[in-house]
Amino acid sequence: MKRHNNELAWRIGGPQGSGIDRLANVFGRAIASSGLKVFGHREYHSNILGRHSYFDFCISPDPLNSHRETADILVTFDAESLCRHLLTVADDGHVLFATDDADVALDSLAFLDARLKQDISAMFAQSGQPPTIAGLLEQVRHRGVQPVPIPYSELLAALAHECKLSRHQAGRAINTLAVAASAALLGLSNELMITELENVFGNDPDMLSLNTRAVARAYDFVAEHHNSASASQPWLHEQRKVRETLFINGSQSVALGKLAAGIAFQTYYPISPASDESLFLESQDPIPLRNGSHAAPLVLQVEDEIAAASMACGAALTGARSATSTSGPGFCLMTESLGWAGMNEVPLVVSLYQRGGPSTGMPTRTEQGDLQFAIHAGHGEFPRLVLASGDVEDCFYDAMQAFNYAERYQLPVIHMLDKALASTSQTLPLFRYEDKKIDRGESFSNNDPKATPVARFALTSSGISSRPLLGQDNAQHWLSGAEHDTYGQVSEDPVVREHMMEKRMHKLQQILDDLPAEEKLNIYGNETARFTIITWGSTKGAVWDAVKRMAQNDIEVRAIQLRLLWPFPTEELTTLLADAAPLVVVECNYSGQLNTLLREHIERGADHLLIKYSGRPMSGDAVFTALQEIHAGNGAPRRALHNPNE
Amino acid sequence: MNDKKTATGHSKSLFHSDRANDWCAGCGDFGILRSLEKTLTAIELSPDQVAVFGGIGCSGKTPYYLSTYGIHTLHGRVLPFATGAKLANPALTVIAVGGDGDGLSIGAGHLVNAGRRNVDLTYIIFDNGVYGLTKGQASPTLHYGEQTKAMATPSMLEHINPQMLALAAGFTWIGRGYAYDVAQLCDLMEQAIRHPGSALLTVLQPCPTYNQLHDKDWYAGKDLDDTTGRLYSLQDEGYDPLVPPDAGQATLDQKMLQCLGAAQQWDTRIPTGVFFHDLNKPRLLDPIAQRHSGFDIATPAQQPVCDKEGHPLACLDTHFEALSVRTRNIER
Repeated sequence: MKRHNNELAWRIGGPQGSGIDRLANVFGRAIASSGLKVFGHREYHSNILGRHSYFDFCISPDPLNSHRETADILVTFDAESLCRHLLTVADDGHVLFATDDADVALDSLAFLDARLKQDISAMFAQSGQPPTIAGLLEQVRHRGVQPVPIPYSELLAALAHECKLSRHQAGRAINTLAVAASAALLGLSNELMITELENVFGNDPDMLSLNTRAVARAYDFVAEHHNSASASQPWLHEQRKVRETLFINGSQSVALGKLAAGIAFQTYYPISPASDESLFLESQDPIPLRNGSHAAPLVLQVEDEIAAASMACGAALTGARSATSTSGPGFCLMTESLGWAGMNEVPLVVSLYQRGGPSTGMPTRTEQGDLQFAIHAGHGEFPRLVLASGDVEDCFYDAMQAFNYAERYQLPVIHMLDKALASTSQTLPLFRYEDKKIDRGESFSNNDPKATPVARFALTSSGISSRPLLGQDNAQHWLSGAEHDTYGQVSEDPVVREHMMEKRMHKLQQILDDLPAEEKLNIYGNETARFTIITWGSTKGAVWDAVKRMAQNDIEVRAIQLRLLWPFPTEELTTLLADAAPLVVVECNYSGQLNTLLREHIERGADHLLIKYSGRPMSGDAVFTALQEIHAGNGAPRRALHNPNE
Repeated sequence: MNDKKTATGHSKSLFHSDRANDWCAGCGDFGILRSLEKTLTAIELSPDQVAVFGGIGCSGKTPYYLSTYGIHTLHGRVLPFATGAKLANPALTVIAVGGDGDGLSIGAGHLVNAGRRNVDLTYIIFDNGVYGLTKGQASPTLHYGEQTKAMATPSMLEHINPQMLALAAGFTWIGRGYAYDVAQLCDLMEQAIRHPGSALLTVLQPCPTYNQLHDKDWYAGKDLDDTTGRLYSLQDEGYDPLVPPDAGQATLDQKMLQCLGAAQQWDTRIPTGVFFHDLNKPRLLDPIAQRHSGFDIATPAQQPVCDKEGHPLACLDTHFEALSVRTRNIER
């Protein structure tokens, strides 16, 4: 099977509830255990059962940072998946599909979007092919796409007989047949598949037996009918020394970062795509401690996001490292507590998984649409720190660091993530956290019971006062969401107000003064190149991949990923961008929210704004193509990336 | 008794704060504040064991006027703030205070869920039928057709019955007092604070500035032939609110029906005292303490985070291992 740029793009589609997610995970782990790198991207509908979802794995011997929009091998077992993805199969790619589906008429597919049906119908009108799956396959055959019909019905019937199950029961293994057939085509050892199946179904001998036999049947089928395809894939078995590699997604990475930071309290209200993190966090009990003891964060599902943020604030006041995790609609509800945390200098961490907005928007699709909102959420003016992770590895270290920032500067920290990061799973080197520093900020102590109450908000040059905790000995103090004096007592005195505003807001300058440049931004590519891309959040991966490919094409590019979004690192950017030409801003939203910040703070906007607002993440391919156009002098000032087939 | 001597030699409660108080003269809040101060002193808590959370409104300012951890939170959100602190540091005695608008309108969702959680905290609703600090709008306990002086027209909404709502929500201690009956109020506050689950204490109080309908004279029944007044104590009449720890469904049903009956009484005879007292219902902190690793060693507030060098204490080897893949060499 041919690869592109030393990468192979594998895609599986299927109805939700059919287990493609689970089997894609098995496949990804199996590939990873062969020593290759994997980058997984998952798309799904806001639906429990039946609607279409798909999973991409980009596979390569080299590290990968983004998905591909084309598939070298498309794995399907339902007609809808075939319709949705056939046109994105590479010219020499392979398509696995159900033999029985050849006669399915497109009109019969209820969940196929009307727009997509129209597009396909128009294509049929031109070609004169019948509007069926067979007709569709015929359309791509001339491009060299190779159909691999799989007789799922027959294989499942045989499986049912072999396992003494009903046809319906055996039908649960259709996902395994499909994935295993593709693995066999790729030449992946079936042992690796079976090892990973044992990992997933280890507690369920019946399911393990069924799925193991399904793997065997699929491999036998491919060996018998498609031997040529799997003849030689040595790159899948590069001999490497045995080692451990992580295969982890963004939600898990955030949760583990929080655990490394010693999180003690997390609240949440169910919301896509944020809840996965909280559920995973809760399942990690117990956490062994190096002092021989053990612990676990208290993870609480509460009545709404207003309560989630308020409760996490309440816990933070006692000294617990506290966080809440949400997505856009939930974050809307948290804004009043965010203001309270700013006013009362509470170290509160908010993990904000952006999704397509506004309103309900697109709960299971991605967007970087909340940057300006995160920076401005809440009425009035108060300091907050906003940092954004660019990839699954960042998710871990940033989640860990967020608590240090929150406690050092005694303010709410918004850790920006998104659906794309949450559902990206990839192979990564093991995370090193043991030597990272924990910073709990200025602690308070008082041995004199008579010297109470204490001035919680004592004025200091840094704006940061030592922090007494609720329940701490001799630390009685007041807190108030109303403007207050140093003792936390309500005050409307104009001078007190000025002092308190100055105290709180000074923290922003303090942060900019304190943080080293590498905590504010990352630079990738040729640091001396003038051709400059600036991005933030999950578009980092696509930009990194695009820069790498530009360099392979002898075009030197420099990419900057902003990690600290607020306070805005104006000074560093002013210097860095002084001779940038052209300046390309890349982000997944409509209006170019980072670009607006650049205009506002360094009075320099993008020469080319590269955006995407379809709810799908950018790929390295798409960014690379756009950068090539810019380099050739054909770049538009504002270019939205499209892909109707995602 | 926890007393501190003042310059003039008078004995003052350790919980007393000298901060200037800006409530209106004659406000029922004063009776509640005095009762709270007396109760906290009487049950011999130290100020650094008690956290008083306030909502927004006149009543929400109560924390400023007590010398203890005093937290003035957000309108309607007092219960989540208080609950977070209690769960993270269960050793704290946590008291939440707020008005009837705060708790029964904007914060009604939190009230319902606080009952459901049955966390050991005391919620005191200052019930005066109006939003005082915003100048006299109708609040959720004002009855249909009533018109206080700032209202342009009589109320078009039925009132909310806090006792019934609390019962349905799952509060395990439900009581009502009167701001000017300090002796009874202290007794009720002590019971509520000592109760090991969620306690709701509603305190009827006049708002001398905006609620001319339910003033001291009205509660005293001066408009009635009956000179004993409108208010009477349920317990004086032999009402037993207790659902014991081993009670069956029949007892629970009977006590709930009894509570509903008492909650319905209004107008000429208004019950005070304890309406419901359930020791049978699960409490959130029990399964938390049982299930969460290390909760018995360190509560979230005390959870150790790093060693002396500032390095993380958490050891995530097994957690990472579960997400790791071991590369294998396959002989072909």
